[in-house]
Amino acid sequence: MSARAGRLGLEVGVTALIFAAIWLFTTSSDSYLVVALPDMLSRFREVWLFDRVGSDLVPSLVRMTYGYVTAVVVGVVVGVAIGLMPLLRALTHPLISFMRAVPPIALLPPAIIVLGLGNSMRVFIIAFVCVWPVLLNAADGTAELNKTLTDTARVYGLSIGQRLRFVILPAASPRIFAGMRTSLSFAVLLLVTSEWIASTNGVGSFLIQAQQTFRITDMWAAIILLGLLGYSLNQVFSLVERRVLRWHLRSTATSA
Amino acid sequence: MSVLDVAKAPAGRLSAWRSAARVPLVRRPGGRTLLGVIGSLGALALWELAVAVGVLPAQDVPPASEVLSELVRLLGESAFWNAVWRTLAGAAVGLGIAIAVGVPIGMLMGTSRLVHHALRPTVEFLRPVPGVALIPLAVLIWGQSVRAVWALVAFACVWPMLVQALYGAQGVDEVARDTARSFRLTRADRVRWLLIPSALPYIATGIRISASMALIVAVSVELLTGAPGLGSSIVRAQEATRFTEMYALIVASGILGIAINLAFGRAERYFLRWHQSQRPGEEA
Amino acid sequence: MLEIQELTKTYATSGGGTQAIAQLDFSVEESEFVSVVGPSGCGKTTLLKCISGLMRPSGGRAQLHGREIDGPPEELAIVFQNYGQSLFPWLTVRKNVRLPLRRKRRAQEADAAVEEALAAVGLASFGEHYPWQLSGGMQQRVAIARALAYRPSILLLDEPFASVDAQTRTDLEDLVLQVRRAFGVTVLLVTHDIDEAVYMSDRIVILSKQPSTVIETLAVELPNPRDQIATKELAEFAHLRAHVYRAIMRAHEPVPV
Repeated sequence: MSARAGRLGLEVGVTALIFAAIWLFTTSSDSYLVVALPDMLSRFREVWLFDRVGSDLVPSLVRMTYGYVTAVVVGVVVGVAIGLMPLLRALTHPLISFMRAVPPIALLPPAIIVLGLGNSMRVFIIAFVCVWPVLLNAADGTAELNKTLTDTARVYGLSIGQRLRFVILPAASPRIFAGMRTSLSFAVLLLVTSEWIASTNGVGSFLIQAQQTFRITDMWAAIILLGLLGYSLNQVFSLVERRVLRWHLRSTATSA
Repeated sequence: MSVLDVAKAPAGRLSAWRSAARVPLVRRPGGRTLLGVIGSLGALALWELAVAVGVLPAQDVPPASEVLSELVRLLGESAFWNAVWRTLAGAAVGLGIAIAVGVPIGMLMGTSRLVHHALRPTVEFLRPVPGVALIPLAVLIWGQSVRAVWALVAFACVWPMLVQALYGAQGVDEVARDTARSFRLTRADRVRWLLIPSALPYIATGIRISASMALIVAVSVELLTGAPGLGSSIVRAQEATRFTEMYALIVASGILGIAINLAFGRAERYFLRWHQSQRPGEEA
Repeated sequence: MLEIQELTKTYATSGGGTQAIAQLDFSVEESEFVSVVGPSGCGKTTLLKCISGLMRPSGGRAQLHGREIDGPPEELAIVFQNYGQSLFPWLTVRKNVRLPLRRKRRAQEADAAVEEALAAVGLASFGEHYPWQLSGGMQQRVAIARALAYRPSILLLDEPFASVDAQTRTDLEDLVLQVRRAFGVTVLLVTHDIDEAVYMSDRIVILSKQPSTVIETLAVELPNPRDQIATKELAEFAHLRAHVYRAIMRAHEPVPV
């Protein structure tokens, strides 16, 4: 009990110290880029609680959700299908690895050329970039299924539907989640950057306009928001992952 | 699937070979590579076809053949190699900084509960912060300098390095630890012969993960800030409406990414050939 | 030389504490071969950890040569059951054996000790192999060689043959008996295999189930050197084996309150 209290004290204490050091640094620095922490926070409150939530944050999140969900659905369906067919997997493997290796932002210029600067381009580019990590991992996870597992499923005469639902998807899900996590960071990246170019609303647009007009405090407020956004998305993702992969965490914990 | 249709063309000749050997091509040594080549050629043919019949607008997307010949032309240009070199160098310096900072902190957190608890909340909060949010700030500080590339690559890669080093330090086997202690190895010897070798596979994995990330971040920062390298070359080609060159550069950056993945994967396997995960047929 | 007196061990757990060792008293004499047997989960591993100084007992004493054990003693070596984890996979066989000698001996002396130990376990030509290139039995022989090269006056064996096949097991048993004579080392063997304990030991300490106490100490008066066939044929062997077996069966039964 006292050990736990000590741990908590350490965590809170050192974190508070780091926070205080940042506070002190930002208030004493005379660089124009550094804004005193209290000013940053109060500006953050003015802008993001909740003045521009409806006009900027929500449109950004809606775009990202559409793009990301599409990518996950397509990636899992196509990936599992490829994973189940060794010939198809061998044929497509270099192509998928290539698409996975292309820096996501490099696809932004062609997307703008082909699709223009509309909202649909932004959703499309997020979906297009996010699909590859999910697809690659779903295919690999399915193809590398434990032989004993698939043999068991066949011996007990499970239908393909049952096999998909009770054997293949669960067994491949740790890999699928790994791909989804990479894709989530790609989604945030593209969400911000796709809004930098000729967008009138969105968090990314707000951030870049603040920078270009040297509204440094606004820029910091947007950085804080994106930090919080990244943190909360990560927390939500981990929560979902822990629930879905409970069996996986348990079985690996006992065998370790 | 349309990819299959394209692949069907040479299947007639293949099937003769296949029935002769009575082993599916997929399981033959080299068979997978051959199929991969066939599949890639099929995808290129599909691209060519899509432009030819107008599924893709020809003024926006040049046919595959043009992009490939442009890529071949670029390979002869010193400006292209200069851009590749700058990108790789920027990514490498950033990765180096990430290793130098992340590994010691991670190892400390992995070996000392005190340090672990002291730094955990800060790390947990900073880790998911999207580096892209810091790009506008980096531009104000460093402009179009390569320093912006270094800083953002380092910020992106320091977290996987730190976390992997932490897992590695925590992953020292208990029996191995007891063995070292029962033979009275000194603290320094235990670090040298037990902690570091045990953590090395994790750190190597961290470097492999970070290396592909470093390239992605370097190209992205160049593209967004104009720092010299592949990324800014893509933007310049786009702005000058040299679209064929732009696509060729994108293809080049993808190939570079695959090359880095393969190279670091190989290096990891070579250096860690003693490690369980590298040995087939054994429970890892 | 090894004295265990009123040794107790209680693990701190969330629900107060788990008593692993109620109280143990026994001793091991110079150049004796003693086995500790007991029902599974009887705290044998806990006992070994206390003797090897990897864990502090909650009460009582463990003394080696009259000195209290408060850390891994210099004249003691252990061979663990999990050779796979106990050998360092990143070092060759030779370097694995040599590693503990780094601060203990001069280089030349250490090299000689390594070669002698490898030869004694029949692995002289495998020095440059990595542990994972060898079979389980050979890996365990490397672990034994490492312990021998360390020149301990007492060797602790923690179920050393539990992870190898039956044939390898008897080979290793004979190997240990042989090197024990050659190196004149005292051995404390912890095992759950009764045949093995009877076959190898001069004396057997039988433990009760957890929380453990000593039920009985039994002298094994079988002729030396032992032989896998001849020794196990003896009526005395069968008798001792049955005796230990009954004692352990009784230890399994619930203690009447």
